[in-house]
Amino acid sequence: MTTWTEHLIIMPILLPLAAGALMLLFSERRYALKRVISLATTLALIALATWLVRDAASAPEPQIYLLGNWPAPFGITLVSDRLSAVMLLLANILGFASLTYASAGWDRAGPRFHALFMLQLVGLNGAFLTGDLFNLFVFFEVLLAASYGLLLHGARRERVSAGLHYISINVAASLLFLIGASLIYSVTGTLNLADLAVRISAILPENLALFQAGVSVLMVAFLIKAGIWPLGFWLPSTYSAAAPPVAALFAILSKVGIYAILRMSALMPENSLGAATPFASEWFQIGGTATIAFATIGILSSRSLARLAGFSLMISSGTLIATIGFSEAVRAAALLYLVSSTLAVSAFYLLIELIARGDAQTAPMAPDAVFDDEDPSRVEENGQTEIGVVIPASWAVVGGVFMFFALLLAGLPPLSGFVAKFAIIDGLLRPQATPATWTLIGMIMISGLAVVIAASRAGVDLIWTPDRPPAPLRLAEAMPIGLLLTLSVALTIFAGPAMAYAEQASRALSHSHLMFETAPPMQRLKMAP
Amino acid sequence: MEFILACGIGILTASGVWLILRPRTFQVIVGLSLMSYAVNLFIFAMGRLRIDAPVIVGRGATADPARFADPLPQALVLTAIVISFAMTALLLVVLLASRGLTGTDHVDGEEP
Repeated sequence: MTTWTEHLIIMPILLPLAAGALMLLFSERRYALKRVISLATTLALIALATWLVRDAASAPEPQIYLLGNWPAPFGITLVSDRLSAVMLLLANILGFASLTYASAGWDRAGPRFHALFMLQLVGLNGAFLTGDLFNLFVFFEVLLAASYGLLLHGARRERVSAGLHYISINVAASLLFLIGASLIYSVTGTLNLADLAVRISAILPENLALFQAGVSVLMVAFLIKAGIWPLGFWLPSTYSAAAPPVAALFAILSKVGIYAILRMSALMPENSLGAATPFASEWFQIGGTATIAFATIGILSSRSLARLAGFSLMISSGTLIATIGFSEAVRAAALLYLVSSTLAVSAFYLLIELIARGDAQTAPMAPDAVFDDEDPSRVEENGQTEIGVVIPASWAVVGGVFMFFALLLAGLPPLSGFVAKFAIIDGLLRPQATPATWTLIGMIMISGLAVVIAASRAGVDLIWTPDRPPAPLRLAEAMPIGLLLTLSVALTIFAGPAMAYAEQASRALSHSHLMFETAPPMQRLKMAP
Repeated sequence: MEFILACGIGILTASGVWLILRPRTFQVIVGLSLMSYAVNLFIFAMGRLRIDAPVIVGRGATADPARFADPLPQALVLTAIVISFAMTALLLVVLLASRGLTGTDHVDGEEP
């Protein structure tokens, strides 16, 4: 029986795609219209994602959508389970927050901001929903292509230089992705994740090395996106060069890599995790710990808020990567940590611009017009726009909010960051802690301390001591930060239900090879060797 | 045939890797292009090399898998070619912008 609600799962991809395409038709001068369209789209996306989360929380099995109703391993499938639904919700909330912030003026710093933003959401939503490896690649490319455009938004010298590095690294990483995916295909003969889970156990011993090589190459590609230690040097400089609302959305991009790693590693058979990838969890732990260590040093040495936010993003990536190979309970806690740290980093990037507003460096600056229809009046150096409701005592608000998010990132009580980190460490100690685990726990603690030190130093330097007059805080800019703040507080208050949801998601993930049986894998046509 | 193809892929990749480690932006782009050619050939080869085997079942012919090449890698290659082509074009634009803004073609935007 098909009802119309079954088709809603594809809407998070189609809706922003249509909105993005529509906005290309309008002249850049009609920016008010574009703002309305894109804000309405993101609101609709949040509603859709909330519906998917509720649906996933109540249903024991994932929702599977077969495009064109082609049978499962042949056609393209979309899968929405607890993990993908919550990632979808997080991505669209960040999208809404950054878009609201950008609507206060940043969106006019360059052409085609809203269309690119919508395409970015298409890529993100698609990557979270897709059920096969090659479409994961395609959606990765969609989100990367849009992110190249967004990174260059309001083109300036350091943005173009950072963009050059970012694009080169990601093109190379995509090539690794293709090598990994095609190696996996050559051994198993499928790219559908559910089908793959079934076939992994049937791999012939002589092909196992090839399969492991494929999975490893693929993981390297994901780890580059997640910003693991020797591969993540590009991350802080790229994100700090981006326009603040763009960087706030980019906070979720590195989490896409982590999501993909979680999905892939969940496919490996439970006990013979050793059989398919004997080294994976150890390497994740080593790499993650090294990432935390590197980012801790980085955060202590960073002299600007943007780099501070970039390194705290790396700390959160490192913590998540290091905890991938552990038990279900750790993974559940890591999920909660993922959500709370992403919200905090995103809010950090938005705050940075408010704090550093006086500097000409971060102010939106328009380059020469490229397209005919560009808005000639768009240069407004720190100028007031039409959304000019100014909030009094803005400096106190900014300082307080900055402190709140610093505490959240550091994982100090009573905020959700603390709950998540506590649960992670508790889970790590559970079976028995090896020296490597103790190192990881120590690094997690030290990184929290480093965040507190670096954030308080930056706060004193930039917020509380300078004697320049505080910049006026506009409503459109305060609102998204307030939204992220409210969500973080809500996540703290409702940590119990959130944790229960994360536990279910984690449990479902470790049974994903059983869970996908609602879409029975078909016998593939036998290929000649 | 496998040996020749493997050598070709290897040489392309090696040249590409050497080029992306060079300091000039244009070298990096040519290196990435060479590597994407290598990867495209690699994907193609992952469907196993067959001679005189079409990928499409003809009208009225029986669908005997032994007589046909695997069509999926070829479809993947098409997608990969389009994507890497688009990315190279975009990278070229960024190269020109970087050259215009910094006045040098060094990858870091300044001469060492």
